Amino acid sequence: MKTTTSDMGRNRTGVATSPIDSADIIQEAEKHQPSHLGDGSLLLQVRQLYARESEGLGSVPPPASLKGVAKTAVDALKGSKPTVFIDKLGERLAFERSGTRLYEGALAKFDVYGGWEGGPTREGLEKIYNDELSHFLMLTEALKSLGADPTAVTPSAEVTAVVSQGLPMLIADPRANLRQSLEALLVAELTDNACWEMLIELARDLGHDTLADRFQLALDSEGQHLLWVRGWLAAGVSEEARGAPAGEKRAGTQPRV
Amino acid sequence: MALDILQEKGVPLDKQVFTWKDLVRRPYSKLDDDAFTRVCVIYMNGIMADALRTKHAFARMNRELREPLAMIRRLEQYEQTLINWLNPPDQTPLETTLGFEQVAIEVTASVALREPDPYLAQTYRFGLLEDFDHLYRYSALYDRLEGKDPNTITQSYTDIIPGRPTSVEHRHPVDDLRRPYDKRTAHPLTKLHAMSITASENQTHDYYMTVGPFFSDPVARQLYAEIASIEEQHTSMYESLLDPGESMLERWLLHEAMEVYNFYSCVAFEKNPRIKEIWQRFLDYELGQLHYVKEIFQRVEKRDAAEVLPSTLPEPIGFKEHRDFVRKTLNQEEDMASNGQDYVRMADLPRDHRSYIWRDQLNSDGSPSETVAAGYKWIPGTELAARTPRMGSTFEGKKVH
Ligand SMILES: [Fe+2]
Ligand SMILES: [Fe+2]
Ligand SMILES: [Fe+2]
Ligand SMILES: [Fe+2]
Ligand SMILES: [Fe+2]
Repeated sequence: MKTTTSDMGRNRTGVATSPIDSADIIQEAEKHQPSHLGDGSLLLQVRQLYARESEGLGSVPPPASLKGVAKTAVDALKGSKPTVFIDKLGERLAFERSGTRLYEGALAKFDVYGGWEGGPTREGLEKIYNDELSHFLMLTEALKSLGADPTAVTPSAEVTAVVSQGLPMLIADPRANLRQSLEALLVAELTDNACWEMLIELARDLGHDTLADRFQLALDSEGQHLLWVRGWLAAGVSEEARGAPAGEKRAGTQPRV
Repeated sequence: MALDILQEKGVPLDKQVFTWKDLVRRPYSKLDDDAFTRVCVIYMNGIMADALRTKHAFARMNRELREPLAMIRRLEQYEQTLINWLNPPDQTPLETTLGFEQVAIEVTASVALREPDPYLAQTYRFGLLEDFDHLYRYSALYDRLEGKDPNTITQSYTDIIPGRPTSVEHRHPVDDLRRPYDKRTAHPLTKLHAMSITASENQTHDYYMTVGPFFSDPVARQLYAEIASIEEQHTSMYESLLDPGESMLERWLLHEAMEVYNFYSCVAFEKNPRIKEIWQRFLDYELGQLHYVKEIFQRVEKRDAAEVLPSTLPEPIGFKEHRDFVRKTLNQEEDMASNGQDYVRMADLPRDHRSYIWRDQLNSDGSPSETVAAGYKWIPGTELAARTPRMGSTFEGKKVH
C-alpha cells in the first residue's frame, strides 16, 4: 500500500524476471510442433458458425402505455421504426445511471487519496455526479413521454453494459488509487460524448426536435466533463513523472494518513 | 522441521474464530507475487472445498456423526472463504484457470515423484500429461481471445507446449477407474497423496463448470465444456485410488491429516509473510480439528489413531517447477492409454475399443481443443509478437502499410 501508481517493485510478469528459466522454456517451446495444423482463424470460423445460428441478444419491449401503442402505430405508418430510438434511449439511460455510481466511487476515493495540483476537486466530482444523475432523470422522462418503459434493459443498454464492465470494477477496487480510477472516468466520458452526439442526430432525424434540444444541454455538460477528467488525469500523471518526492505532492496515488 | 501430528495439539475448536473483515483480506498481487503463491491459494481452496464436500456426503449417510461434522464443516467453510478470497479481482477466470492447470502440473509432479506405490505413481504421471496439455490449450485461448501472454501468469516455471492431446483424453467411464490402495498395507503418504489430488481435481472440475458459461466466444465455451469433462474423468480416476473399505471415521481422520499436511507444505514454501501467516494459522486450526476427530475415532472405533495416522509428516509438497521430470514423462509416456484399470500403449488398444468409440463420438462435430490451438506455438509476448517482424516498424520512422 506504500507504493504510488508506478513505483519500481517486484513485478514478476515478464520473462526478464527469470532469465534462465525463460530461456529454457522458450527453447523447449521452439522444439515442439503444435499437435494440430492451422492457425487462429479456425477459432474465428467457429465463432462465425455460431453467429449464423444466433438470434441476437434480445429485443426492445413493447410500448408500456396506450400512448406508446398509438405512437408506434403512427410512426410505423410514417415508415419509421420507433424501437430504434427507444433502444438507444434505453442505452443512454443505463449508461448515465451507471455513470452516477462511478462518480460516487470516485468521490469515496477522493476522501482517501486527496487531489493534486490540477487534479480533481470534491466540487468538480460532485458537479459531474449531479449531471449524470440529472441525465438519468431526463432520459427516464423522455422514455415515458414516448410511452416506453424506462426500467427495461434494451439490447443497446445491454451492449454498452458489456462493453463497460471494467469501469465499475476498477472504481470499486480499493487497490486502484484515484489517479488510476480516473482512467475509467475518461473512458466513460469519451463514450458519453460520442453517444450523446449520435443520439441528438438520431432524434433530429426522427423529428424529435424538442428532445434533441434537451439532449444538446446534456452534451454541453458532457463536453465539460471530458475536459476536466482528461485534464485531471494528465496533471496527475505528469506530476508523478516529475518524481514529486513526498507529502501532498503525492496525493492521489497514496492514501492520506 | 518434522511435525509430530499426534503430539502437536494445535488450536482448539472454540478458539477458531473469524470476522467478515478477517475473512476478506487484501488479496495477493497478480503482478508482484510469485506464481506459486497463486498455486498454493488455488490448491488449498481445492483442499478445503473437498473437506466440505466429503463431510457433507458423510452427514447425508450418517446420523451419529452429524453434529461433529457440522461443527468442523463450519470452521472449514470459513477457512476456505479466507483462502479463496485471496484471489485478486483483476485476475480473470481464464487467468485463474491457467493457475489451476499449473497446480495440476506442478503439484501432481511433486506427488508423482514421491509416491511410494508404483501403480499410483503411474496414475499421477498419466493424469499429469493431460493437465499439462490443458495449460497449452488454455494458453492458446488466452492469447487468441485477449491478446495476452499466458506466461505472465505461470512466470516461466512451467513449459507451455502440447502434452497428451486433450482430444484423445476422452475415455469410456470404465477406463477411468483404477485399483485402490489397500488401507492395511498402503504407506500413509500414499493415502495423503490420493486424497489431495482427488480434492484438487474435483475443485478444478467445479471451477470450470462454474466459469465456462461466462465466456462469450463459442470456442471458449466449448473448450471449458471439453476440459471440464476431462476433469470429471480425473476426479473419477483419482478418487478410485481411495480404498472404499475405509470406514467413514477413518477417512475423516485421514482427511484432517491430509489438510494438516497440505497447510504444513504451504508454510514450508511461502515467502510472502502476509500469506505465510495464514498458512501457519490454518495449520494450527487443522491440528486442532485433527485431534477433535481423533478423540471421536478412538471412542467410536475403539482403536488407536496411531494405527491409521503417520506420527511425523512426510516431506512437504514441492511447490516448485518440475520441468525435467515433466519433459521426461512426456517423452516416455505421452502415448499411454488405459484399458480398464491397466495402462497400455495407445497403439495396443484395438480400434473398436469402447474408449475410441466414446472419443470419436464426442469429437465428431469438431474438437474445441484442436481448434483453439491449431498451429499454436507459445512465444513471449504472445504469438502476435512472432507476426510483427513481417510488418516493419514505425519505430524506425518507416511507413509500414
Ligand atoms: Fe453522462
Ligand atoms: Fe459525463
Ligand atoms: Fe486440467
Ligand atoms: Fe486434471
Ligand atoms: Fe479440517
